Amino acid sequence: MYKYDQYDQAMVDARVAEFRDQVRRRLDGTLPEDKFRPLRLMNGLYLQLHAYMLRVAVPYGTLSSAQMRVLGDIADKYDRGYGHFTTRQNIQYNWIKLEDAPDILADLAKVEMHAIQTSGNCIRNISSDQYAGATADELIDPRPYAELLRQWSSFHPEFSYLPRKFKIAVIASATDRAAMRLHDIGIEIVRNEQGEIGAAFYVGGGMGRTPMIAPCINAFVPLDQLITYSEACLRVYNRYGRRDNKYKARIKILVHELGKDEYTRQVEAEFAHLLSQGIEPPLAELERIKVQFADPAFETGLPDSVDRSDPDFAVWVDRNTAAHRVPGYAIVTISLKPVGGIPGDATADQIRLMADLAKEYSFDELRVTHAQNIVLPHVRKADLYALWTKLDEAGLSTANLDTIGDIIACPGLDYCSLANARSIPVAQKISERFAGREAEIGELKLKISGCINACGHHHAGHIGILGVDRKGTENYQLLLGGSEGADTSLGQITGPGFDEDGIVGAIEKATEVYLANKQGEERFLDTYRRVGMAPFKEAIYG
Amino acid sequence: MVEVQLRFRDDDAVADPAVTVDAFGDQTNAAAVRIEPGDDARDLLPHLERIRLVEVNFPSFGDGRGYSAARILREAGYTGELRAVGDVAVDQLHAMRRCGFDAFAPEHPLDPAHTERAFATWPEVYQATTDDRTPIWKLRHG
Ligand code: SF4
Repeated sequence: MYKYDQYDQAMVDARVAEFRDQVRRRLDGTLPEDKFRPLRLMNGLYLQLHAYMLRVAVPYGTLSSAQMRVLGDIADKYDRGYGHFTTRQNIQYNWIKLEDAPDILADLAKVEMHAIQTSGNCIRNISSDQYAGATADELIDPRPYAELLRQWSSFHPEFSYLPRKFKIAVIASATDRAAMRLHDIGIEIVRNEQGEIGAAFYVGGGMGRTPMIAPCINAFVPLDQLITYSEACLRVYNRYGRRDNKYKARIKILVHELGKDEYTRQVEAEFAHLLSQGIEPPLAELERIKVQFADPAFETGLPDSVDRSDPDFAVWVDRNTAAHRVPGYAIVTISLKPVGGIPGDATADQIRLMADLAKEYSFDELRVTHAQNIVLPHVRKADLYALWTKLDEAGLSTANLDTIGDIIACPGLDYCSLANARSIPVAQKISERFAGREAEIGELKLKISGCINACGHHHAGHIGILGVDRKGTENYQLLLGGSEGADTSLGQITGPGFDEDGIVGAIEKATEVYLANKQGEERFLDTYRRVGMAPFKEAIYG
Repeated sequence: MVEVQLRFRDDDAVADPAVTVDAFGDQTNAAAVRIEPGDDARDLLPHLERIRLVEVNFPSFGDGRGYSAARILREAGYTGELRAVGDVAVDQLHAMRRCGFDAFAPEHPLDPAHTERAFATWPEVYQATTDDRTPIWKLRHG
């Protein structure tokens, strides 16, 4: 894992001091709210319906046990005993007092964490593949590149007041687990025909009210030009992105309106100019970072089999573990989607327990996934049963990864001031309705947003639900056929919306159509793609 | 005209009124120009030799186009005064300075104690720009 040196630490400490000063000026009235707002947003502090919400950055989703433990302590000390893991691999606290925020940032800084740029119209926390460094299907660990970009994008002097927020994902596996092409910039680390490592840039993806899949604008940027190329992409956006309408201000609109070719031409021209400016860190810096992501001390000669005599355990192993690249190890996903629970929520005790388990079983490391779960990346197969037993005792052994109960839901009307409808109660109802049918229905990614801003990624769900306001009452639209993996696609609306009970019934009908039409090993998405919308529509509205 | 509150230059301030970017190309003797957010700073590049003052207007602090305009001028070798005017607050000063601004004329005067702190906040910087600060990666690798 990356460790701060004195420079990184000094920057984060400086930020704490700066924010403490800003909060002091806000509280004594010298800094008016309209001026304070963008400053607090750049420190992850939102004003929600009932209280302040603080969003803490988890760069590329990677955490140490010590960091995770502090996240649990903060939930106890400053919140109501809960933390909420988000679709950006971050954690947020929903009940924060403004006066406490500087102290929380100071607590975080002690374990090399911060809330820098987790909101506001700036470059947000960089996300990545939650299986990075552990999965067999990756080219290389993408996190060193994400860390290089983290440093470049932190307090960037030119890009702190962009037209709109800006999200970057970095992956290095064709199995895209980070929804890379639905980001403002998606970077895939690739190998070219000469065998060299470089970066493919996908620019202009996003969800929100105008979902777009990012086109590739450059299939191979050499690693020693990564920062310069990123700077060129951002500068063109900062200069020409729309500022007249906040709904048209994301880079996807610029790329769409200019056209991919013209945007690319402008980026290449800016890039050619910037190459002469000496803004690229030397490759030695990337090497310095890479060393810190070296493999933990994996053992060799471990048994690769698992004793499956406990049937509940066997179900969990099949559902919630993934292949590790080292024999004898597995990647474990801890589901934060218990039946009837709030997706992504964990109690302070659960957070600390996961910290302890990571220390004991996973070389001190955890990951946050964009599907709002927690990963222990390096667990010996021989330890799986002991681990599962402890998770089970703490209510953390739900075996539903990537099934209909593993719902992504935004905070919705329960917390969010922009919401049209509640997301959480709908997620709870669906997970209760379908509990126990994980094996039968199989992989089915269901995503819920409480408004068109699409924080719950509803466009990218095999089944998506969008909360809308219909004449003052909450109404839910149903979408089918979205996906965020290597086969990214956007869901299509089935037709008129439903009330809360109606939407659950409509989903039930959709799963019936799937099960009736399923061929062989087809997933819900495969069947939908093969048979099309018509039979689903007929069953739902017929 | 709003007063220049902070200036990091030794030469005499330019007293000429600043003309718009559009008008500037035709006025062969103008030495001061004012960039609005929608203007292309690169239109000025053929004339850099005779420019002694560029004002970059920030009608609203949230519109960050002026930061790019400033860097583009400095990257092209402009050495005259680069003045941020308009909705400039203490919390933007550091980033503006890094982008090449060396004079500030905020529409609402800033508290000198706050401005001093604003420039002293950051011990180091992560990015290279045209200012004289050494980025952290260079400190690490020499
Ligand atoms: S999708 Fe809408 S309701 Fe949900 S968190 Fe985002 S803004 Fe709020």
